[in-house]
Parts: sequence; C-alpha cells; structure tokens
Amino acid sequence: MSVTAENMCVTVNGETLAFTPGLTVAGLIAQLGLDTRKVAVERNLEIVPRSTYADVRLTPGDALEIVHFIGGG
Amino acid sequence: MDSYVGTGDEWTVAGRKFASRLVVGTGKYKDLPTTAAAIEASGAEMVTVAVRRVNLSDRNAPMLQDYVSPQRYTYLPNTAGCFTADEAVRTLRLAREAGGWNLVKLEVLGPAPTLYPDMPATFEAAKALIKDGFEVMVYCSDDPIAAKRLEEMGCVAIMPLGAPIGSGLGVQNPLMIQMIIEQAKVPVLVDAGVGTAYDATFAMELGCDAVLVNSAIAMANDPVLMARAMKAGVEAGRLAFRAGRIPRRGFASASSPMTGLIG
Repeated sequence: MSVTAENMCVTVNGETLAFTPGLTVAGLIAQLGLDTRKVAVERNLEIVPRSTYADVRLTPGDALEIVHFIGGG
Repeated sequence: MDSYVGTGDEWTVAGRKFASRLVVGTGKYKDLPTTAAAIEASGAEMVTVAVRRVNLSDRNAPMLQDYVSPQRYTYLPNTAGCFTADEAVRTLRLAREAGGWNLVKLEVLGPAPTLYPDMPATFEAAKALIKDGFEVMVYCSDDPIAAKRLEEMGCVAIMPLGAPIGSGLGVQNPLMIQMIIEQAKVPVLVDAGVGTAYDATFAMELGCDAVLVNSAIAMANDPVLMARAMKAGVEAGRLAFRAGRIPRRGFASASSPMTGLIG
C-alpha cells in the first residue's frame, strides 16, 4: 500500500475509524449514512457549522462528536 | 363559557409566546409512537429533549424528529448528564448547531439517589451559557435566594423542583415555591416531582407560569391518557389561580341561608 493510499484514523463518538485521507465532514456524514439536517458535529472540541461541512477536511487523529436529539426530560 | 375564560392567557419566555402552560419531556417512553401520541394529547407546545451521540452501529434507528416535529414543537434541549459547566456549554453548542435556536434548559445534577440540582455548578454553567448567547431556562433548588440570583444573572426562566426527579411526590415545599413566584420577574415553572394530575393543578394554583412534566406521563400505565389528564390538571390549576381561591378558615360557614326557614 502506498503512502497516499493509506487510510487515516479519526475518532468518531469514541470509536476509532479509518477513512481515506482528505475526507470532508460532508463526506464523513454521507459515509456514515446520516442526515446532515438531523445531526451536529464537533471536531476537536469546536463546532463545525453545517454550512462548512463540504469544506472542512479531516486530519489524522481528529476527534469528532456527532450528536442528535433524543428523548429527554 | 370558553369566551368568559378567554383565549389571551398566554405566557411568554424570552419573547416567545405559548398558550399551553404544560411543558413535557420526551424521555422514558417505551417507544417513539407513544411519545408522539402522548405529546399530542398533552397539548404542549414546548418539549424538552436531550443531546446524545448518534449510534454508529444502528444508523437507521428512528429519530425523535421523525415523530416529534421541531417545526411544530419548540425543542428545549437540556444538559442532562452534564456535571460541569464545560460539558453543559459543549452540549448546548451542539444543540444550537443541530437545531438553530438558543433557548435551552440548564440542569446540572448531583449524584443519585437525590439527583438534586448542584447549585454551585449550575451558577457556573449559567454564567458561561449566558455569556455564549444562550437563553437559559434553569432547573434549580427551591431556594428563593438562589432563584433570585439566577434571575439577576440573566436566566430567562426559573424552574425549581417540586420534588426529586421522577419521584412523583408533588410539590413538597409550596411555601418556598410561592416565595420564588412572588419575587420573580421572569416565568417560574415547577420542574420535576409531579406524580399525577392534581400535583400539576396544585403547582399552577400556587401561581407558576407553567409546569414541566416527564416521568408522570411517560411512566403511567397509559401515557396518552395521563398526558390528557395533565393538560386538564394544568388548565384547572391556572383557572383556579386566576379565579382566586377562598381563604382557608378553621371553622364552618354554612352554604345555605339560615333565614327563611319553615316553621
């Protein structure tokens, strides 16, 4: 496997996952099969605004939190 | 009769008007269809929701929004499960991004078995959230001094507990709730402790602006029926408060005239 084809590891909701380098947040959400309108993303403790999903590229070691609303009191 | 009762008895929080004085939680239901049916029956316009990680191993799981429309109901994201100001701010920033609004419910709880509001942590989180532009409805102890301080800090609603969360004991300290109501210039909601409809009625008769109920509806044998009962209870309590109850007296006072008796 060449260096450029090597996968990068990022942490999503506490799980370490491997993706193609250069993946954007929009790409990540699509690969995970999620609906962008129903989730919010935090990357390395900073909110990623929905309007920038297509522009923000993940880098190896990023820690992401992807959340949604669930029942609560 | 309904024209006598009037339709203009709304309450306002952070500039948003609500006709229903019952706010309901969306937790603890057995499934999402029951959640949706109970909320419909409650007549609530505002619902509390929690913010949690998406389950990556079950991506097709149904989502709350598919059953409880954020277009129809005002979502009030909470900070349940947060034990520090940092966690509360992070959670609600995510909620703001997911939902696009800044009206939130702050709750920082101590450990079981009390789950009592952790007031020092609540103050710290309220300060951080207000600084970050949130409109904070705050769950708090039934302490009039703490309630006043939260209001002065800029919280948009004060939400003292009636009794411990999920206990169903009703308002345990009506005197303090009443003191909080009397001094407050922002809405006061009794949040937590309601067990059945008359607890909600009692809270409303004290003069609160609204009541927040979750467990008492979600955990009832028939949540949809209990939701309807809560709606009626809240309405009854509000009307009775507006009507003005008779004073309590330590002696009898006949209801029928004592004159004109046959004889």
